[in-house]
Amino acid sequence: MTRNDPTGRPVTAAPDTSGPAHAGAGGGVGHDSVPAIELRGISKAFGPVQANRDISLKVMPGTIHGIIGENGAGKSTLMSILYGFYKADAGEILIRGKRVEIPDSQAAIAAGIGMVFQHFKLVQNFTVLENVILGVESGRLLKPSKAKARGLLKQLAEEYELHVDPDTLIEELNVGHQQRVEILKALYREADILILDEPTGVLTPPEADHLFRILEGLRREGKTIILITHKLREIMEITDTVSVMRRGEMTATLPTADTSPEELAELMVGRKVLLRVDKHPARPGPVVLSVEGLRVTDDKGVERLRGIDLDIRAGEILGIAGVAGNGQSELLRVLGGIAKGRGRVTMNGTPLPLEGAGADGRSRRAAGIAHVPEDRQHEGLIMDFSAWENAAFGYHDDPRFGSGTLMDNRAIQDDTRAKIERFDIRPADPMLSARNFSGGNQQKIVLAREIERNPDLLLIGQPTRGVDIGAIEFIHQQIVRLRDAGKAILLVSVELDEIMGLSDRIAVMFDGRIMGFRDPRITDEKELGLLMAGIADPAPATGGEG
Amino acid sequence: MDRMPKWADVLLIPLISLTLAALLSALVILAIGEDPLAAVTMMVKGSLGSTYGWGYTLYYATNFMFTGLAVAVAFHARLFNIGGEGQAVLGGLGVAIVALSVPWPHWSLALAAALVAAALFGAGWALIPAYLQARRGSHVVITTIMFNFIAASLLNYILVNIMRPTGQMEPATAKFPKATHLPTLHDLLAPLGIPFSKAAPVNITLLIAVAACILVWVLLWRTRAGYEIRAYGHSEPGALYAGISPFRITMLAMLLSGGLAGMMAVNNVMGEAERLVLNAVEGAGFIGIAVALMGRSHPFGVFLAAILFGFLYQGGAELALWTNIPRELIVVIQALVILFTGALDNMVRMPLERLFRRRAGGGARGGAGGAGSSGSGGAESTAPKPHTRTTPIPGAPADEPAAGPTAADSPAASDPATPDGRRHPPV
Ligand SMILES: Nc1ncnc2c1ncn2[C@@H]1O[C@H](COP(=O)(O)OP(=O)(O)OP(=O)(O)O)[C@@H](O)[C@H]1O
Ligand SMILES: [Mg+2]
Repeated sequence: MTRNDPTGRPVTAAPDTSGPAHAGAGGGVGHDSVPAIELRGISKAFGPVQANRDISLKVMPGTIHGIIGENGAGKSTLMSILYGFYKADAGEILIRGKRVEIPDSQAAIAAGIGMVFQHFKLVQNFTVLENVILGVESGRLLKPSKAKARGLLKQLAEEYELHVDPDTLIEELNVGHQQRVEILKALYREADILILDEPTGVLTPPEADHLFRILEGLRREGKTIILITHKLREIMEITDTVSVMRRGEMTATLPTADTSPEELAELMVGRKVLLRVDKHPARPGPVVLSVEGLRVTDDKGVERLRGIDLDIRAGEILGIAGVAGNGQSELLRVLGGIAKGRGRVTMNGTPLPLEGAGADGRSRRAAGIAHVPEDRQHEGLIMDFSAWENAAFGYHDDPRFGSGTLMDNRAIQDDTRAKIERFDIRPADPMLSARNFSGGNQQKIVLAREIERNPDLLLIGQPTRGVDIGAIEFIHQQIVRLRDAGKAILLVSVELDEIMGLSDRIAVMFDGRIMGFRDPRITDEKELGLLMAGIADPAPATGGEG
Repeated sequence: MDRMPKWADVLLIPLISLTLAALLSALVILAIGEDPLAAVTMMVKGSLGSTYGWGYTLYYATNFMFTGLAVAVAFHARLFNIGGEGQAVLGGLGVAIVALSVPWPHWSLALAAALVAAALFGAGWALIPAYLQARRGSHVVITTIMFNFIAASLLNYILVNIMRPTGQMEPATAKFPKATHLPTLHDLLAPLGIPFSKAAPVNITLLIAVAACILVWVLLWRTRAGYEIRAYGHSEPGALYAGISPFRITMLAMLLSGGLAGMMAVNNVMGEAERLVLNAVEGAGFIGIAVALMGRSHPFGVFLAAILFGFLYQGGAELALWTNIPRELIVVIQALVILFTGALDNMVRMPLERLFRRRAGGGARGGAGGAGSSGSGGAESTAPKPHTRTTPIPGAPADEPAAGPTAADSPAASDPATPDGRRHPPV
């Protein structure tokens, strides 16, 4: 099957086993010509939505195969079929050349397939060990299984850098370690095919690097890995072959060595994508938000913000760089009225209460602050509400949506239809519940809601987490457009590229404090990296506060 | 995708549950040497075969509508009010005070005042548990149960020591004056030329209960308060983000719930007994839980489920009256229905969900068409099941701290290996 990609270059749908790209692929064992996974003509529809259409794919053993594609292209659906969560409407699956039926996840595990979901499926108050053996305990007594597992875990840890203390409770582990437990679970079940769906979305950069070392180790041992990601950098870095999905179809499969991020982006979106943010220099106006000595203590009594001072002016984007967990989330939350704090914050000259009455999201919105929260699934959206109900979330008091106690559902629905249109949210169905939109489209629902309010200050956390590059370009444009309209923007992101590309000024946070302000045109990743690690630089490149 | 089409959720599951309960009941009846078919015939005849039977069925249904709505409203805020019993007891006290202390010129005025009093007393009884939940996180399940006992003791004390007319042996109030007697369905239908049993207790409160169902529906899906209640019930972090005060919503939902439960007293105390006796509620507060579960916390579902339970109540009473089937067995049958529609809901739901997941999405063709359209049914999603707010649910992916892009990325939400805690019934 050969197709022409938009650049006019013929692209083979399946990698040639004898091709150079594969021969160089990590020197894995099991070099036979039988693909570890072969999909033939897989189709799957959800009602009117054709999530997968006639998809064929071969993945050779001992390779890492990347799958990219826009939000809603059908990547997760395809993997869910492979893992037995959905049944394909048509098509067949071959594992190591043998046709298999995968009616449920047990069958997938039996076929040697393991899956690491973005939302881990671990029992929070069980230990690592208990989670690993859950469901595959041998015999009636737990003890022998545990002993066996303990030995195996130790061995796996050495082999693949998968170190986790088997006796810690899951709830005490950070996300990176929880993910390792998921991988251990799969390996314990003797998976030799591992599927990872957007594994780096929640990881800090060092954690992501570690994950990739683990994956490389697995490839060396001859395991086959499918990696879904939106980050082209990761595709280029670690995969041997890569497939592109578009609107339910697999439009191209090619050796990674023969392609470039630009080409992949174009294949994904069907047009040239700007991988850099296009913006004019900022023209900052008067100070909109002024923060002095802001402190936040969490419910465990730990001080998360230890005296933050910053100003944001109209018409500028202040980016907060930092390794996740250094207080950025708390900063957004206290300014958004979710968390309580102490200190002095003024908005357009009026003091904002930081605790007690008037320190809630409702009052913040009334003061002209909009907030795109970092955690869209738990805060930004009610997953069981329909798109239109979510499109009014937080603004459900707006007189435009009905006077008095009654809500004008029709008005909200019409408003949502307009937002769907302007933000190209797919599928364009305001009645669909938020849960049924893909990640990027969920994010667009939140963004449309907050940006279209035309706030004086936009707080925005991880705006492009889990979002495809086409949508990233769009979201970045929207943020810049809001800035150019003279609004102040506080951007928090763990993606350094995003901070560098979007911000007019960068504040680096470490351990609840601001280490310094930098000008993105002058600074570089190295300098920011040092600041992010808490190493203060005596000579700042620019005086941050104006 | 929603886990299964809406019609399956609201019709198929209750129907299967009921059939299972009926089959098991039949077995029990067989086992004690009676004829199940004859028993069913008798139940149907006794409860639906005459206007007298209907009169009782609807009388019970009226009670259950109020208590079912009470539980449903709280469910939507993810609160589990099992204090309907106590709140209805207090509602009765309110009704009795109103009926006995004012010389009412006309029943309609007495009715209006009694409704207000019943609602206020019921809500008042929910106030302390609500406050303790909202401010201190004391679980309403525990506190409302305790308040049921306190209510019973309180009523006992009041009836014996305060409201009992001198010289009367029985712990009950005096008969309410004639002017407070409510028109029965017989009285209401007579002018229209429709004959209805004179002896049946069903009365004008039935119409109020139906109106309450409609009003609760309006409240939940057409008002801002209802929107906030549902939002809070689905996600507390979400509510905080939106500036919805958990304190306010907890209080609001619990007071509404208590008020609805209290209003039941207008039916049984004012409409039927026409005086306040001990144990007037007769467990209707607890039946309300089953009614709300079976009605999927939707007011119209509650309406239907209440009628079903009214039928079971009346049919059961007939059985006990006319056959050798002991009264206890009736309780067993009712318990089986509650068990299957409430607690064992998942037993039917899980296999069915799996079935639908297999078939889901087979294009617009065939049975799967329903599955496809299900996603659009979000307009009136069912209430979240209540759970203990403070304890994390093992393995529930929805409670993962990790922020994540796609819900569509976790189709395993009901993976049998890691059951989704949210789906577990609270009992
Ligand atoms: N269970 C479902 N019910 C209805 N529609 C669904 C369901 N799951 C997915 N879809 C739809 O199918 C399409 C493919 O979704 P899928 O989750 O596979 O996309 P994806 O490529 O993983 O996107 P993302 O990059 O955002 O994770 C989307 O349009 C989505 O709305
Ligand atoms: Mg996905």
